[in-house]
Amino acid sequence: MKKNVIEVKNLEKYYEVSGGFFSRKKDIVKAVDDISFEIPFGESLGLVGQSGCGKTTTARALCLLDPKTGGDVKFYNNETEDMENIDSLEDEELKKFRRNIQMIFQDPYESLNPRWTIKDIILEPLNIHNIGDLQDREEAVVEILKTVGLTPASNYLPRYPHELSGGQRQRVSIARTLIMKPKFVVCDEPTSMLDVSIRISIMDLMLNLAKDLEVSYLYITHDLAVARYMCNRIAVMFNGKIVEIAETEELLNNPIHPYTKRLISSIPVPDPSYDRKVYDVNYDELDAIIAKHGTDNPMVDIGNEHYIATHDVKGLI
Amino acid sequence: MSKEVLSVKNLNMHYETLSGDVHAVKDVSFSVKEGESFGLVGESGCGKTSVAMSLLQLQADNAKISSGSIQLDGVELVGMNESELRKVRWDGISIVFQGAMNAWNPVVKVGEQIREAIREHYPEKSKAENTEKIESLFKMVGLDASVIDRFPHELSGGMKQRAIIALALSCDPKVVIADEPTTALDVVIQDQILKEIKKVQELLGLSLIYISHDIAVIAEMTNRMAVMYAGRVVESGPTAEIFANPRHSYTKALLESTPSVVGDRVKLNSLDGEPPSLIDEIPGCSFAPRCPNKTTTCKPELDMKLVEVGPEHYVDICSKESH
Repeated sequence: MKKNVIEVKNLEKYYEVSGGFFSRKKDIVKAVDDISFEIPFGESLGLVGQSGCGKTTTARALCLLDPKTGGDVKFYNNETEDMENIDSLEDEELKKFRRNIQMIFQDPYESLNPRWTIKDIILEPLNIHNIGDLQDREEAVVEILKTVGLTPASNYLPRYPHELSGGQRQRVSIARTLIMKPKFVVCDEPTSMLDVSIRISIMDLMLNLAKDLEVSYLYITHDLAVARYMCNRIAVMFNGKIVEIAETEELLNNPIHPYTKRLISSIPVPDPSYDRKVYDVNYDELDAIIAKHGTDNPMVDIGNEHYIATHDVKGLI
Repeated sequence: MSKEVLSVKNLNMHYETLSGDVHAVKDVSFSVKEGESFGLVGESGCGKTSVAMSLLQLQADNAKISSGSIQLDGVELVGMNESELRKVRWDGISIVFQGAMNAWNPVVKVGEQIREAIREHYPEKSKAENTEKIESLFKMVGLDASVIDRFPHELSGGMKQRAIIALALSCDPKVVIADEPTTALDVVIQDQILKEIKKVQELLGLSLIYISHDIAVIAEMTNRMAVMYAGRVVESGPTAEIFANPRHSYTKALLESTPSVVGDRVKLNSLDGEPPSLIDEIPGCSFAPRCPNKTTTCKPELDMKLVEVGPEHYVDICSKESH
């Protein structure tokens, strides 16, 4: 039995939007609607789907950046060696919990403070959480720069983000994240802004760190090819719901849900001789299919730990 | 053998900046035949967009074409004055810019903005004729005729981009340049737009120059392609041939670093280092510092001209000699 680092049950994030200044009508947008998943230690789960489907909202809710409106998130607690509901945490405990869960953002040009040196940027989380004395902290910074491949550290410490390339900046983001020794990192499209040749080196770095430091990732991307490279399992999201979740190769070779099929068949293939067949289904048809197969999102196991949201498995297969 | 519509020879373009001249396009030569889809691929900053801007001579004020020739149907474009260029733009060569869907004027209806472009080139045509033309273009790119009377904010990203393609086709250009027309779009929408562009290109027998950093898109969209690195074309040839038999180490690196959803799950290779600054003069092969196949036979003194290694397959002389 694999130990989970995080378990998410029926997570919901609803937003209330008003119909306008003079309108009393309130609409509810279900940005994340009743999703469940778990991630074992050292494994990564890919969260894929179109823009606006709720991927980033899920990430922000998990990192407690935006309060969720429903559902349970349980996180592994090192001390009690048990799963702990994050709603039960308060003040000091909550602050401690936040060390274990970190985030890497999409745009390394915007997520680093341009007026701070690399040293200040990476030191900041240690200062906030008051870890060690100044000397310990500085040693930790040098060590982590080595881990992410920015050596010699003395070359980078006094520099500012604008002096670094995109790939180097993303390495700084990763260093800042990992200096807290988190067990779970949410990555929101961390390589989509980078050039192809640099992208792979960042992805390889993250894979190696996952192995060495036993970090688990929730890896958000719209690119299934990237998710395939990075993730053990993939969850496909559509309109705030997870419609299919399975082990990576199982999902790619045996997609069941129409949206998953559409998504996989839309990815261009870097081989001119490959004849890509598109599974054509439009969004209106998809909405109808999803409505037909139930909106309360029962996840049905069809074998091989392959789950689909449906009331009627036979109707889909 | 179809004839060449556009031919670019030894094009050099640089930007004059305070820190020195940035040589963005160095000795670039390629040609595009009638009804052909030609791909230009490379990483950001390699000069793809600078080439596109030079073709239309829409480059920034500090950009200078220092030498070379651009011929459209045998007519030289380099050295033309502004009023002559205005006739060539849109009528001869049109372009779908990167992120062009955000360039619509928000207070003018989409149809009117396309009409404006047609009016500029064909003032003799009536409004009814133009509307008819736009309707047929919209049909071609999969838009409803009612979009003519909509404002840009009423359209989704994909619809705006389709309308931009219709706009680019509005004056029946011979050559259409598509500069990363699907960045910022969702994969599913991207796929639809790519299909639309391909369909229109084949239907109208257009010559298309497709610019992208994504080698998978180039594989699907083009018949011939050129790979650019640090302002130079390092390899060019039929797309199928380049994918099957890449000769330049940079082309190989690009192919080896692109993940795919089909085939075996393979280990991808990254490329160390970064592209060189385009301000400095780089003698010989500009890829040499990052080249994984660098050998002692790499000759920095070589003039990096392209040599033929197969039918219409060209690679720079460094790759031919040493690897």
